[in-house]
Amino acid sequence: MRNTRQVEILVGLFMVAGMVALFFLAMKVSNLAAVSGGKGYSLTARFDNIGSLKVRAPVKMAGVRIGQVGKIGFDNETYEAVVTMKIEQRYDRIPDDSFAKIYTAGLLGEQYIGIDPGGSETWLEDGGHFNLTQSSLVLEDMISQFLFNKASEGGKKNEDPFAK
Amino acid sequence: MSAVLDALAALGAGGIAVLRRIGRASLLFVAMAAGVGELLRKPGLVVAQLYGIGVLSVLLIAVAGLFVGMVLGLQGFYILSQFSAEATLGVMVAASLVRELGPVVTALLFAGRAGSALTAEIGLMKATEQLSGLEMMAVDPVRRVLTPRFYAGVLSMPLLTAMFSALGVLGGYFVGVGLLGVDGGTYWAQIEAKIDFSEDIVNGVIKSLVFGVVCTWIALYQGYDTLPTSEGVSRSTTRTVVHSALAVLGLDFILTALMFGN
Repeated sequence: MRNTRQVEILVGLFMVAGMVALFFLAMKVSNLAAVSGGKGYSLTARFDNIGSLKVRAPVKMAGVRIGQVGKIGFDNETYEAVVTMKIEQRYDRIPDDSFAKIYTAGLLGEQYIGIDPGGSETWLEDGGHFNLTQSSLVLEDMISQFLFNKASEGGKKNEDPFAK
Repeated sequence: MSAVLDALAALGAGGIAVLRRIGRASLLFVAMAAGVGELLRKPGLVVAQLYGIGVLSVLLIAVAGLFVGMVLGLQGFYILSQFSAEATLGVMVAASLVRELGPVVTALLFAGRAGSALTAEIGLMKATEQLSGLEMMAVDPVRRVLTPRFYAGVLSMPLLTAMFSALGVLGGYFVGVGLLGVDGGTYWAQIEAKIDFSEDIVNGVIKSLVFGVVCTWIALYQGYDTLPTSEGVSRSTTRTVVHSALAVLGLDFILTALMFGN
């Protein structure tokens, strides 16, 4: 057995190493660093169809992450999805006529909300609402639309379907 | 008729023995849990045990974590490259380590490395009547001998698990980025984007805490309850490893179902 002081130093080192590992996991391996700017304000938007949008999906403007989806609800009256977004406080100049769209990262990737800024001079504030929205593109709808188009062109032969 | 009664009696005796063991183990747990106040006044007792249980396990845990991470990197790359999704290698390595492999493998190694040593130590103390000697001097062996070891084990496990997972993620990075050519920035960015702090990291820490309590408890109980012979100590040590492994694997399934099953 080593003497007490050496044991204490080694135990101290052990505790520090464990804490450092935990800190590393928290800051480097998880999204804590990104979320921790907990202060922010919330905006809502209504969509006809949110596809597979999930809570905590990113909200982006010009491709830059400015917040995340906080809550997804359903309106019993209008049959619309109500999405509440938490936007970081430093991005407080979103024009009130901005356009909220649901995009898909990659062909089959996860979905996120993209905001196209409008031209208004007044900014959205906490509790504000996007009036202009566009639902997510549902792959099945696109395929069936494509097939209907093909079918209606049935008479014209040998035409390149991608021509227009 | 008497054969049937004998069989019934044997079954009953077995059941009562199991219940007795559970009762003794529970009483020991309550006594150790209640001893926390005394330990706060004498933290030196825990520090000495932290050395034996925690510090001496670091090398094993660190090497194991590094290599598990490296193997995950290799295997993950092999599978993911078939879908040309190598970019998510980091997520695969980090998620499997933080959620499952870190807590479980650390607990299994801990049971083999520290749990068996605890059982043998306490069992030998009992076999050589050191525990009875303490009682003769009006020192409660549970308070003085078992409780510090219990809290040292409970405290060590989350720290060891964090080291295991952190080194595993680094091991995956060395193999994935260093050897196989995954982009380093993508490795970390994907991890940061996909691993959630409260859902993944905190749940992993909770798991490791539960495993720490269970493994240390089993080891101490087996030592405290051993037959005071060399054969009894040997059997208790074996039982510690077997019971801890089974308890960890079973509890892991339950905890995973509760935490990630929605």
